[in-house]
Amino acid sequence: MPIVSLSLKSLRNRRITAALTVFAIAISVTLLLGVEKVRTEAKASFANTISGTDLIIGARSGAIQLLLYSVFRIGNATNNISWESYRDIAARPEIEWTIPLSLGDSHRGFRVLGTHRDYFEHYRFGRKKPLNFTNGGPFEDLFDTVLGADVARSLGYELGDPIVVDHGLGRAGFTNHKDKPFRVAGILAKTGTPVDRTVHVSLEAIEAIHVDWRSGTRVPGMTVSAEDARKMDLRPKTITAFLIGLKSRLAAFKVQRQVNEYRQEPLLAILPGVALQELWSLMGTAETALTAISSFVVVAGLLGMLTMLLASLNERRREMAILRSVGARPLHVFGLFIVEATVLTVLGTLLGLALLYFALIVAQPIVDTRFGLYLSIGLPTARDLAVVVLVVFAGFVAGAFPAYRAYRQSLADGMIMRT
Amino acid sequence: MAGAIIRISNVRYRWRPQDPLVLDIPSFEVKAGERLFLKGPSGSGKTTLLNLLGGVAVPEAGTVSIMNTDISALGGARRDSFRADHIGFIFQMFNLLPYLSLIDNVILPCQFSSSRLQRALARAKTVEEEAERMLAYMELDLDALASRPVSRLSMGQQQRVAAARSLIGAPELVIADEPTSSLDADVRKSFLDLLFHEVDKAGSTLLFVSHDASLEGAFDRAVPLPEINRVRVNG
Repeated sequence: MPIVSLSLKSLRNRRITAALTVFAIAISVTLLLGVEKVRTEAKASFANTISGTDLIIGARSGAIQLLLYSVFRIGNATNNISWESYRDIAARPEIEWTIPLSLGDSHRGFRVLGTHRDYFEHYRFGRKKPLNFTNGGPFEDLFDTVLGADVARSLGYELGDPIVVDHGLGRAGFTNHKDKPFRVAGILAKTGTPVDRTVHVSLEAIEAIHVDWRSGTRVPGMTVSAEDARKMDLRPKTITAFLIGLKSRLAAFKVQRQVNEYRQEPLLAILPGVALQELWSLMGTAETALTAISSFVVVAGLLGMLTMLLASLNERRREMAILRSVGARPLHVFGLFIVEATVLTVLGTLLGLALLYFALIVAQPIVDTRFGLYLSIGLPTARDLAVVVLVVFAGFVAGAFPAYRAYRQSLADGMIMRT
Repeated sequence: MAGAIIRISNVRYRWRPQDPLVLDIPSFEVKAGERLFLKGPSGSGKTTLLNLLGGVAVPEAGTVSIMNTDISALGGARRDSFRADHIGFIFQMFNLLPYLSLIDNVILPCQFSSSRLQRALARAKTVEEEAERMLAYMELDLDALASRPVSRLSMGQQQRVAAARSLIGAPELVIADEPTSSLDADVRKSFLDLLFHEVDKAGSTLLFVSHDASLEGAFDRAVPLPEINRVRVNG
């Protein structure tokens, strides 16, 4: 096949423009596949923020709002749940375990979560992965705290360090609970979920630091020392929400209905998977926009190639005339351009894939630590391959245009150009 | 019947239907083995005639017959392969593809014609070897030149590479279009001698087109193009 070898040699002769064209296509392919990668990984990591929990129960509001504050630590609950309702529901026979959640305070920008030791045993994320401790363990003492991986890393905390919880969600300093400092008892391993950015304390500790507070401010003249607080009744009066695990998932709808029809208090039970999907679909437009933009970048890359091939047409008329004189058909000339376009796109796409893996290897640890998004590096997915095939096909089709022009030109010029 | 390798009768040609005629040749013949000098000033329809002979253009009337085949009656693809099999071309300048090596330029016709490939292989083990042999006959110092980009060769060297290419695989007909007009007078003479020698050895017919009447004496026969073409072209 003389045309293929001629195309390659001709491209090698124009290696600088050819290399730039290949590079432009490569970058566009890297971008397209990279966006796709981040999109699917973000979606997967999002859907895996919480797992193993069958229902989330909070005060009646919207499903997404409940999901946002109970799982993502975004926003606030409009209302709390009474401790009695929680105990009542938790005692139902279908329920295997519950994790109470109490939110409201923060520590230097990180949310403080009051919970129970069961949290460290039953909470699951990703593919039913449990929480692990890199250091220490669950809280033992009233003023023990367990830090998420990001909290410990970004604030430089180690086991035994004292920390002071700020009251409310404002930035550090205005009002705090410095009279009742905590001690870091455990640090959790990285999860890539909002757990990493959470300061965990016991429900009793939440009560303890608020014994001398009413309606969000310190009660004037009333100060209860940490030691005195230990002796008080620290059973919580309210919690913000709770997670439940059922003995059988089949009971989920039944329990959900019972909770939603609970007489004593308006409550809302949601299935986390359904709510997560609902929340993700809100972001669907941004997702589509990203894919659309990167597709257009590929179109731009191919247009660059088209420009390069078309621009070379005139200066290559003599080349075509020589080929015709030694017996090439106009169809050979057509083939020459098609092969060039295809070679450029194939090289561009392969380089694009290589760049993608290079970028993934470089970016993986950075993205993981900075955004809590773990980009797995594996073989290209079927969808990636479909994109690759589509880009090569588009390059082939784009090449048909200059190829046809060259074909027409070479029919008109023959072996000797009319000048 | 035998004896004429090219036979043109009643050929008329114009670029587009609305344009005036550029060629109107009642009769023109070239005998097999002949070295014919076709004398044509620029604008006398020379380019058109060569495109007709090469089968890249088709007359609106008449027949262009080469080796007793009416090529104007063949389809486009058949005309192209006929040209590849039977005709070697040399042009005035820029004969070579800049991105191919010297050897690759010479073997180009064998890539498009299997019959020329076969004939080249009958003389040497590989086409590359045959190309080297032809280049050596053309008195090109391959050791010094083979690795050089063809654009760095002198004009005389380039024309000799073109001549070797037109002759590889021994085509029946070699058509040379002003091959010497870009050469200096002394180089011109030696180029012609080499070309004649190789054409004779290949047993090919040579149709040599030029406006330079001083070369005419070296040929078997000279025909002025305006004499066979009834269209009067001014300029």
